[in-house]
Amino acid sequence: MERSFIKELQTIVGEKHTLSDRESLAVYGYDSTPELESLPGVVLLPGTAAEVGRIMRLCHGAGVNVTPRGSGTNLSGGSLSAAGVVVQTSRLNRIIEVDEENLTATVEPGVITSVLHREVESRGLFYPPDPGSMNISTMGGNVAENSGGLRGLKYGVTADYVMGLETVLADGDLLRSGGKVVKDVAGYNLSPLLVSSEGTLGFFTTITVKLIPRPQGKITMLAHFPVLQDAALAVSAIIAAKVIPATLEFLDKVTIKCVEDYAHVGLPLDVDAVLLIEVDGHPVVIAEEAAAVAEICRKHRCSFFQTAKDAAEAFKLTEARRTALSALARLKPTTILEDATVPRSCIAAMLKVIQDAAKRHNVLIGTFGHAGDGNLHPTCLTDERDKEEIARAHAAFAEIFNAAISMGGTITGEHGVGLAKKKYLPKLVGESGIRIMRGIKQAFDPKGILNPGKIF
Amino acid sequence: MVVMNFDFFVLFVNKEVLNMDYVKLINCMRCGMCLPSCPTYRETFLETASPRGRVALVRKLQEGELEQSERLLEYLSLCLDCQACASACPCGVNAGELVAEFTCERKESSGLNFMEDLILRKLVPHPDRLETSMTPMRLYQRSGLQKLVRTLGILKMFPRPLARMEGLLPTLHSRPLRQEISEVTAAIGTERGTVGFFLGCVMSLIFSDASRATIRLLSSLGYTVITPRNQVCCGAPNMLGGDMEGVKEAARTNIGIFAAHEVDFIVTDCGGCGAELKKYGHHIGDEAASAFSAKVRDISQILAHHTEELAPLLKPLPLKVTYHDPCHIAHCQGIRKEPRDLLKLVPDIDYRELETADACCGSAGTYNITKPEMSDRILQRKIDTVRSSGAEVLVTGNPGCLLQLKKGINDQLPGVRVMHLTEVLALSMDS
Repeated sequence: MERSFIKELQTIVGEKHTLSDRESLAVYGYDSTPELESLPGVVLLPGTAAEVGRIMRLCHGAGVNVTPRGSGTNLSGGSLSAAGVVVQTSRLNRIIEVDEENLTATVEPGVITSVLHREVESRGLFYPPDPGSMNISTMGGNVAENSGGLRGLKYGVTADYVMGLETVLADGDLLRSGGKVVKDVAGYNLSPLLVSSEGTLGFFTTITVKLIPRPQGKITMLAHFPVLQDAALAVSAIIAAKVIPATLEFLDKVTIKCVEDYAHVGLPLDVDAVLLIEVDGHPVVIAEEAAAVAEICRKHRCSFFQTAKDAAEAFKLTEARRTALSALARLKPTTILEDATVPRSCIAAMLKVIQDAAKRHNVLIGTFGHAGDGNLHPTCLTDERDKEEIARAHAAFAEIFNAAISMGGTITGEHGVGLAKKKYLPKLVGESGIRIMRGIKQAFDPKGILNPGKIF
Repeated sequence: MVVMNFDFFVLFVNKEVLNMDYVKLINCMRCGMCLPSCPTYRETFLETASPRGRVALVRKLQEGELEQSERLLEYLSLCLDCQACASACPCGVNAGELVAEFTCERKESSGLNFMEDLILRKLVPHPDRLETSMTPMRLYQRSGLQKLVRTLGILKMFPRPLARMEGLLPTLHSRPLRQEISEVTAAIGTERGTVGFFLGCVMSLIFSDASRATIRLLSSLGYTVITPRNQVCCGAPNMLGGDMEGVKEAARTNIGIFAAHEVDFIVTDCGGCGAELKKYGHHIGDEAASAFSAKVRDISQILAHHTEELAPLLKPLPLKVTYHDPCHIAHCQGIRKEPRDLLKLVPDIDYRELETADACCGSAGTYNITKPEMSDRILQRKIDTVRSSGAEVLVTGNPGCLLQLKKGINDQLPGVRVMHLTEVLALSMDS
């Protein structure tokens, strides 16, 4: 990038907040996506929404591309920039307001998700989306990617909570959409369109989310199933019994073995699946729900079932799920974590597809994830230096994605398309889908400077 | 529409320039779980000041993609080596240790400079010289010169690091503990066993009251305590300075010294020494070193084993108390529960958990002297949490933390006392 242009950008955010040395650019050349790297031209850390507007206006005039970045925990390459301007949101990190009358919170995009959780929970309120990276992920990133999390089954995902946005458009103008009103049918509903736009339509500077009352209680349960099919049927039976757990997580055999080898939490090695189940809500209701869950698991031949008596025991029961990724990731240097998602009735079939694909391509895949909402995390353990094995891993994932599509599922439940899933998107949404998406992109960003090269 | 070409995304090219273990570097999957745990990232939000960024910088150096520039070394030197990132990492990557190893690698080829050689080779390994070097400080304090200097504000004329050091130093005892303590302290009552006491340099020189309390607690619980007078510095300062040979030399000397005594455990009340002593096995790699390291215990580990015997010795201490986890105890040795259990054992004590208790205090070896600005910012967060805890006594287990916290507390919370864990327990025995 030309020095003179960097100098111009520097006059907007200040020298201290303009990074253009080789070393800095090198470490902003990645996010959490394995195998992908790309050097940006400059990294900016604006301190106000007005500065974001001025950055966009300048880049728009010069035809320079801009990529928004939060904490860089994206899993589809969405925060990478090819020689363009990276705008990091970390200094835009104020919780502007928690409105207890309207049950909303208004934040800047750099607010860390769990910081918002703590703030609203201290007032007896609840912001449910809890992506695995919530201790570092930003609200801006969550909205741009429509992040999910463990509580998705009962509470939905980020999109279900976004009520209003202030968005700096590609030309630097400000777009206001939605707000604190529950009902609003004035014109096209733009906020949901901007959610999961992966930084390609605009730069969020203010986000208003819906809050709900904090659940009063929670009961944690753990069940072991010797037969995979029984675990899958139990999941369906729990939902069919009209119990919607806040958490319904699953670990497969490969993951169980890794967890046990690594953490010694007392999992038997002869079971096919482990389910972690949490119900939350009014104490009387959850007691009934927990009893129903226990009954269903026993009916489906679980070999072990435990209900936590207190918080300490609950913590112990969730240990296997908490350590799942660590246990898997330590096996090999490279960890490819995917998020193919199917209707939950297809979970058992999807697990079979994953196991077969792993076998056929001779790669090691452990699967855990959100069984309740059909969002699985097949995780391939490999070594980026072994190009041949990496190729086999990608071949296995291609099969998995194709199967997900054919089951009426999707190629990505919560990580986004970004760069990593681009080639699968046309298969999922078809020609008309791509055409409409391109049209929307054209309407928002005719010069194509916002996070170019992502999604399609 | 600007069409960007992303075809140049490539797998890393493995050009091994440095001699480091490459797998340790590529194990980092860049998930970012380390970011919220890192004190310097929390202050700056800069990727270059994060564990993930540091691993990437070292990796790119090794791959030849980056050069060993001044700037790169400056970025790496901002690491406190507090290893909070290691506690947070799902894949077992230890960015702090990787940066330290990198420094050793670099020093191995470049050699130590004059000052490093003087301090790490000619001073630190020799307790007598180290103790003598403190004599001017003692004179300075005892002669009233310190008072004069502080009153007149002469410190402003000193070079900044020297002024920092002056501010950190508490009042020194007349003699270091190593010279005063008898080599064998007999067990009180029925003998339970024998422990070797590893007396850290800073504990001996500055916090001798705490180490006296440690010895007293051990003997009260029925341990004969052997404190070999010829033991030398654990080698942690050498590790910090990138002097691996110096670390190994210290390890060999201490292993030999303690091998001459029949001890069940080697106990230390210095978190930094404990962490280093436990790594001797890894550094030297032979059986004697592994056996030595296997015997090393932090004092809290030993005491927590004897809560039943300790409880009757403790008398009520109606104080509001909180505990700061030293990085070298919590992150490097994984000890968190024991010190808290011991404090809660004291009758009438009002124990309050400190918010982010295991976040570094900014002491980090000589970091508070070499990186005063960042160190102060990190210390300020700690002081703020102590203030909101409402504690009257701030307890910890490492001399570096004691020095740093005393400085911050003296400046801002003058009513609060900073004490070593064993001092609190000894106080409870006497109250």
